[in-house]
Amino acid sequence: MHNKSVAELSRDLESGNVSSVELTRDFLDRIKSEDTKYNSFITVSEEQALADAKAADEQRAAGNATVWTGVPFAHKDLFCTEGVATTAGSKMLANFVPPYDGTVTANFRQAGAVCLGKTNMDEFAMGSSNESSFFGAVTNPWGLSNEQKRVPGGSSGGSAAAVAARLVPAATATDTGGSIRQPAALCGITGLKPTYGRVSRYGIISFASSLEQGGTMARTAEDNALMLNIMAGFDPKDSTCVDRAVPDYTATLNEPLKGLKIGLPKEYFSDQLSPAMEEQVRNAVKEYEALGATVKEVSLPNARLAVAAYYVIAPAEASANLARYDGVRFGYRCENPKDLDDLYTRTRAEGFGPEVKRRILVGTYALSAGYYDAYFLKAQKVRRLIQQDFINAFKDVDVLMSPVSPSPAFVQGEKSSDPVNMYLEDIFTIAANLAGVPAMSVPAGFVDGLPVGLQIIGDYFDEARLLNAAHQFQQVTDWHQALPR
Amino acid sequence: MQWDIVIGLEIHVQLATKTKIFSGSSTAFGAGPNTQASAIDLAMPGTLPVPNEQAFRYAVMFGLAVDAEIGRRSVFDHKNYFYPDLPRGSQITQMDHPIVGPGFVDVDLADGRRKRVRIHHAHLEEDAGKSLHEDYHGMTGIDLNRAGTPLIEVVTEPDMTSAEEAVGFARKLHSLVTSLGICDGDMSQGSLRFDVNISLKPKGSDTLGTRTETKNLNSFRYMEQAIAHEVERQMDILEDGGQVVQETRLYNGERDESRSMRTKEEANDYRYFPCPDLLPVVIDDAFIQSARDLLPELPDDRKARFKEQYGLNDYDAGLLSADARLAAFFEETAKHGQDAKLAANWVLGEFSAWLNAEDKTVSEAPITGLQLGQLVARIADNTVSSSGAKKVFEALWNGDSDNADAVIESQGLKQVSDTGALEKMVDDVLAEMPDQVAQYQQEQDPKKQKKMLGGFMGPLMKASKGQGNPKLFNEILVRKLGG
Repeated sequence: MHNKSVAELSRDLESGNVSSVELTRDFLDRIKSEDTKYNSFITVSEEQALADAKAADEQRAAGNATVWTGVPFAHKDLFCTEGVATTAGSKMLANFVPPYDGTVTANFRQAGAVCLGKTNMDEFAMGSSNESSFFGAVTNPWGLSNEQKRVPGGSSGGSAAAVAARLVPAATATDTGGSIRQPAALCGITGLKPTYGRVSRYGIISFASSLEQGGTMARTAEDNALMLNIMAGFDPKDSTCVDRAVPDYTATLNEPLKGLKIGLPKEYFSDQLSPAMEEQVRNAVKEYEALGATVKEVSLPNARLAVAAYYVIAPAEASANLARYDGVRFGYRCENPKDLDDLYTRTRAEGFGPEVKRRILVGTYALSAGYYDAYFLKAQKVRRLIQQDFINAFKDVDVLMSPVSPSPAFVQGEKSSDPVNMYLEDIFTIAANLAGVPAMSVPAGFVDGLPVGLQIIGDYFDEARLLNAAHQFQQVTDWHQALPR
Repeated sequence: MQWDIVIGLEIHVQLATKTKIFSGSSTAFGAGPNTQASAIDLAMPGTLPVPNEQAFRYAVMFGLAVDAEIGRRSVFDHKNYFYPDLPRGSQITQMDHPIVGPGFVDVDLADGRRKRVRIHHAHLEEDAGKSLHEDYHGMTGIDLNRAGTPLIEVVTEPDMTSAEEAVGFARKLHSLVTSLGICDGDMSQGSLRFDVNISLKPKGSDTLGTRTETKNLNSFRYMEQAIAHEVERQMDILEDGGQVVQETRLYNGERDESRSMRTKEEANDYRYFPCPDLLPVVIDDAFIQSARDLLPELPDDRKARFKEQYGLNDYDAGLLSADARLAAFFEETAKHGQDAKLAANWVLGEFSAWLNAEDKTVSEAPITGLQLGQLVARIADNTVSSSGAKKVFEALWNGDSDNADAVIESQGLKQVSDTGALEKMVDDVLAEMPDQVAQYQQEQDPKKQKKMLGGFMGPLMKASKGQGNPKLFNEILVRKLGG
C-alpha cells in the first residue's frame, strides 16, 4: 500500500478497497517502525490524523469526497498548523503551537487530506543538508546499504526522505534557493518549486520573503500536479501572491512533447559538474529528444553571479524576518534575563543555531550604513540581470534543462564545517529563485547507486508545461519508482 | 550676540481608519490591553502584512490638501531595531519612495503676516505598541493595541523661526487633518504627536547650527514651552562658548525640564531596506481622483467663505474655521440663530468659555448647535436679554432642558415688549425723577444726553423686574424726554 501514489490511493479510497482510517494507521505504523532510521519527522500527530481520517471516511460516505479526501501526507515543519507544534527546525520555536492554519495548510484541510505530522528540516530552512535542524540530522534512505549515512539534502530534507522512504506518499516543502529541488534530487523523488506568487506564503514561517515559495514533493509528476491543484491560487492574506487563474494541472499531463523546445544553459554544464553526473543529465535529455523535443544550447550569462547575490539578499531579508524572535511574545526565552539587552542577546544566542546566526550576521552587515550600496543594492542589480537572462532565454525555448546539484548525496558531516562549499550545493538552483521562475527536479538516473535529478526550469506560471514534461518522461523511465537501497 | 532660531517639525498623525495598516484589527482607543492585537500585529511566525487601502486614500487626501506631489510608486521599507513594543523587530515605514512628496502649508500669524512652511514629504508607517512602566511591580507591561495603527509622518523643511510660527503651523496642521477627517486630532490620546528640531545660528548667517530633536510633544502649550526651553538652553551653551550636541531630547512639560535621550553616537543604524512582503503600491490617476473627490472644504477656503457668507471679521472667521467641528457647530448655530454675527459671538464667547472651563472638546459639548441657535434667535428677536440668555445657556448646558424657549418660559426670562405696559412704567419713573428730567432737557450735547439715559435705565429695569426690553425702553425714553 505504501508504494502507491496519491492518485492510486485516491482511487482505492474511492472504490472502497481501503478506508482512510486503515490507510492512516498503516502509514502511522510505518513511520513508527521505520523513521528511527531517518529522523524525517519532528512531530507525528497521530491522534489528530486518525480523527481527520475518520472524518474523511464520513465525508466520502456522504458523497462529498475530493481527490484528496482521506489521503495521508505530511507538512514540512515550516507550515503553520493550528494546534500542532510548528518548529521551523529550531530551538527558538520548539514550543510554538500556532493558533492558526496557514493558507496552504487550510487548503489541504479543506480538501480532506490527512496530515500525519510535520517533517524535519534545516533550521529556519537555512541549509542544504538537513544537518542544521535542532531536532537532529535527517538520514537519506539512499546509501544506507553501504552503511554510510548520507544527507537527504535540504532544507526540505525531512519531506524528501519521508516520501522516498514511503512513510508518506506526498509532502509539502518550500524552496528559497533549491530547498525542494536539491533534496528531491538527492532522495530520488519528484519536486516542484512553483513561480513566485503562485502559492500563498501566508502561514509559512518566513526566512527570505522575496525568494521563498511553497511547493510539492511526491514520487510522481502526477502527484505533484494533484498537490499544486489545491495549493496554487490567489490569497488576499499575502500581498506577494498573484491573482491569476489556476489551471487543472492534471489536465495537460498527457500532452505529447513533440516540438517541445529545450534549452541547455551552457553555464550549467561546467566543470562544477562531475562527468558522471553530466552523463546522466545528458541521457535524460536524449529521452526527451526521443519523445520529439528539440534541444539547443542557450546562455544565462549572469548565472555565475547567482550564489553571491543570493547570499547577500537572502541573509539581509532573514536579518529582518528573524528579528521577531526576541523572547517577548512567543517561542524560546532565556532563563532569568537581568535586563532587556540580556533578554535579547541570550534568547537569540541560545535559541538560534550557528547557521542561522551566521546568516543574520551576514545580512545585518550587508544592510549596514556604508555597506548597503556595495552589497545589498549591488546584489539587487545582479538579481535583475539574472531575471533578464531567463526572460531572454524563454524567447527561444520552452523549458531549460540542467543538473539539480553538482554531486549526488554526500556523507553527513562532509561539508558541514565549510559553509561556502555547502552553499555551492545550490549553484544550479538558486538562479530560479532570484528570477522567480518555476522549476522541478525529476529523477533521472544514478551515480554510484545514488539518485541524480534533472532540473526543468520553466517560464513564469508555466507549471503545467513542467509537469507535462516530467510526466511524459516518467511514462518512458522508471527512475522515480526505484526503491531506496 | 543675536541668534536666528531655526525650527523644523516632524509630526506623527494617526489616521482615523477603522482597522490597522497591515491587519484587520480595530484601531479604537481605550480597549483592554492586547484585546486588539491579532496574530499579524503580534508578528507571529508565518503571518504577513497586507496594506489597508483606506490608509493610502487618507495619505493621498493629505497630500492633495498641502499641494504636494503624490508618490506614484509607494514603497515600504523595514526600519530595523529591537524594542519590546515593536513586535516585528522592525517598523514598516517608507524611506526613499514616500506617498506624499514636497508641498506647503500657509500659516496666518497674529500680526497678520502669512508664513509659508514647506513640507519636505509625508510617509506612511505603522505605529508601535505601548510600554507601560507603572503598575507592574518593577516590570514593564506591553500593550500592542496601538501596534499597527496607521500613521503619516509629516516632515517639514526647517522654515520656522519662532515658537509662534511653529505652534501656528502645528495648529494649522491639526486643523487640516481634522477638517479632512483623516485624524481625530485628539492630542491627549496621542493622535497627533510633534517632534521639534531646533538649532541656532548667528543672526544672518547662512550656516545652520547643530540641531537637537525634542520628541513626542502632545500639546500646543508644551510645544511652545519646549521650544522656549530648548532655545534658551542652546543659547546658554553657545554664549558660554560651548557646542550644542546633536541628540534626541525628552521634555517634561510639568517640570519645564528636558534631558538627553540619546546622542548621535548612540543612534541606531536602522538598516532600512525595501520590505519584501509588500510589493510597491502604484497610485494611479483614478485613485488620486477618488481621493480628490472626497476632499471636504479646507480651513482656508472655509475662512474665506465665513467672511463672505456671514460677514465675519478676519479674526473671528479664522477662529471659527480652524477646527472642522467648531466650524460645523457654528454653522448650525448660525442657521437657526437668524443673526450670524451674534451666533459667532456666542460660539466664540460663552460656548468656548464653557468648553475650556470643563476641558471638553466640541464633540463632547452637552449642547447642540441647534439648541444654541434657537437661543441666539431669541436674543436676536428681543425675546430674551443677553443676561437672561446666559441663564438659559447654563440651563441648556447642564441638561435641565433641551429647548431655549422652554427655559425662557419656565424661568420667566421673557422680556416685556408690550409698549403700552412699558410706556406706563416710563411715565411712572419720569414722574419720580423730575430733577434728572430737567437736567436732561437742559443739556445741549447729544452725547452727554445719551449717557444720561442710563440713569433712567436702572429704575426702569427694577420696575420691570428685569424683564423690560432695554431697546424699547430706550426708544420710549428718548421720545418722551425729547417731546
